[in-house]
Amino acid sequence: MKHLTGIPASRGICIGPVFPFVREELRVESYCVEDTQAEIVRLDAAIDKAIDQISQIYKKALTEASKADAEIFQAHRMILEDPELLKEVKSKIQKESICAEFAMMTIAQSFSDMMAAMQDEYFKARATDIMDVGNRVLRILLGVAETPTADLKEPSIIIADDLTPSDTVMLDKLLVLGFCTAHGSATSHTAILARGLGIPAVSGVGAEIMKVSKGTRVILDGVHAKVLVDPDDATVKQYQQLIEAAHSINEAAMKHAHEPAITKDGVRLEVVANIGNVKGARTAIENGAEGVGLLRTEFLYLERTSVPTEEEQYQAYKAILDMFGKMPVVLRTLDVGGDKEIPYLGLAAESNSFLGQRALRLCLVRPDIFKPQLRAALRAGDGNNLKLMFPMVATAQEVRDARKVLDECIRELKVEGKPFAENIEVGIMVEIPSAALVADQLAKEVDFFSIGTNDLSQYTMAADRTNPKVADLSNAFFPAVLRLIRDVIIAAHAEGKWVGMCGELAGEPLAVPILLGLGLDEFSMNPPMVPLLKQILRALDAKEMKAIAEQALQLESPQQIEDFVKKKIPFIAQLVD
Amino acid sequence: MKETQIVVNNKVGLHARPASLFVQEAAKYVSDIKVSCQDPDTMENREVNAKSILGVLTLGVSQGMEITICAEGEDEVPAVEALITLVKYNFGEE
Repeated sequence: MKHLTGIPASRGICIGPVFPFVREELRVESYCVEDTQAEIVRLDAAIDKAIDQISQIYKKALTEASKADAEIFQAHRMILEDPELLKEVKSKIQKESICAEFAMMTIAQSFSDMMAAMQDEYFKARATDIMDVGNRVLRILLGVAETPTADLKEPSIIIADDLTPSDTVMLDKLLVLGFCTAHGSATSHTAILARGLGIPAVSGVGAEIMKVSKGTRVILDGVHAKVLVDPDDATVKQYQQLIEAAHSINEAAMKHAHEPAITKDGVRLEVVANIGNVKGARTAIENGAEGVGLLRTEFLYLERTSVPTEEEQYQAYKAILDMFGKMPVVLRTLDVGGDKEIPYLGLAAESNSFLGQRALRLCLVRPDIFKPQLRAALRAGDGNNLKLMFPMVATAQEVRDARKVLDECIRELKVEGKPFAENIEVGIMVEIPSAALVADQLAKEVDFFSIGTNDLSQYTMAADRTNPKVADLSNAFFPAVLRLIRDVIIAAHAEGKWVGMCGELAGEPLAVPILLGLGLDEFSMNPPMVPLLKQILRALDAKEMKAIAEQALQLESPQQIEDFVKKKIPFIAQLVD
Repeated sequence: MKETQIVVNNKVGLHARPASLFVQEAAKYVSDIKVSCQDPDTMENREVNAKSILGVLTLGVSQGMEITICAEGEDEVPAVEALITLVKYNFGEE
């Protein structure tokens, strides 16, 4: 048995025979042409044909993979239609009286080299794209078949130097167990496509993998980026058990998506969705979300030139609230600031917008924006299960101020005789450390908390999550953040209030045992995660998780905490993407 | 000629989808449109055809970098305005 390690490119584990994917080498000779105009016509014809092929692959990718993956081929099309590329190839043909193949190859190579030389991983991966597109044109010019004759007959693990998107799309997916490439990275297309297909992939294993002969049994472990060549039966058996466990969980998750999430020891948790429009609402319902834990309202304000009217907002909120009927929908009031610029609001630029007058802070000084939104929400809540939530609360006074404006709106609506939801729950986002630290005081002012872990992490760790240099620090798995979450839940429960979470952490499988152990009542996440999260909760014991959470919070780093959870609850490690 | 500077604030800079949206938008106008920015390593100013995906990609614009959009032609004003709007609203990303 031989161990090889690479870069994790797509989660999952598979066992099977390898199938080496070897491309036919294109032999391009440089020869002179007399009639350069005819050569350009020949080039144009080849490019037209290549565009045609790519359009077909695009259609295939749309039905087989996700839209994002299919967009790769639109990018390919754009490369082929690129005015700079064509200009250079044609001018090379004309100036040097050289054949189209050679001109195409040279220019594609030079653009590709330019990309490969860039620091950024993303651009390096794009170098492959350009060569892929260039080679397609070359194959047409040379009369070589479109795809290498892959006599793939049985389910196999594909090994290759590096696979191009065209290679992977043309493969029969039912026969592909996983991908393993000698080169490539976590951002290469093989990785992206493998994730889209939900099959394991390991990249950058090294040239040695290509020496493994066709049919050799290997274990491809996309979780730990390991490749075990020719493993013994005991190892195979051990891995088979892991695969079965993960498989049955995913299957059960989809089957029971519309059933409640009740832990082994009978604790029922609410699993709801984060949405920002009607489309999200539909996906949420399809995936079995039991309501909405975060309805973002910013979508109404972006890409327009004036403040949306109360009536417009009423219609938009009502459309979503009506879809959920009796299910709860937590509507978050406007959360904008200096970073999401909305010109018509006339906000002054701030040197540090994350610490500036944003969200509720802005709404409290701008009743012209705040009141129409509150009135629209209250009206849309009539007959539905609306809950209101204020973002960016730092002090109890802010909550009282916001409630005062809300009471004003309620009084006005009463006088006007308009129907509206009167007795709604009002809560706040806990995303500023100060709010977490005085959660006991805030709990007296509200009906619920929803913890926003993205902002809570970046404010607690003083690390801008959009700055790649420090983004690692802005991680909710740091014990500092988890301890704040613990304290918030304790403070809320002491006042008999419920606590939800609508940050990314709530949809993170590795965090679920800890959050359950800390006593979180409601988990809100992107709709596609709902079925799996419910299933994970069903497999856990809330009482046992208390001890696990306590121990996890004594550790020092996200890595330690994640490893600890994986060790204690092995099935979760297999599910994470 | 119409010229405007703007800082690219979206997460990935002028990469994949944003770069393609940018080029597609530029291609809607008849004006000659150039986009340029300073190479962070060499401090040299590089200028490329805004209608060329390869040009825009090789410019290597990442988050926080300032670009200059310059158009010349009959629809230069709406062209620059449209591209600036695209960048300003982070290409429709959250």
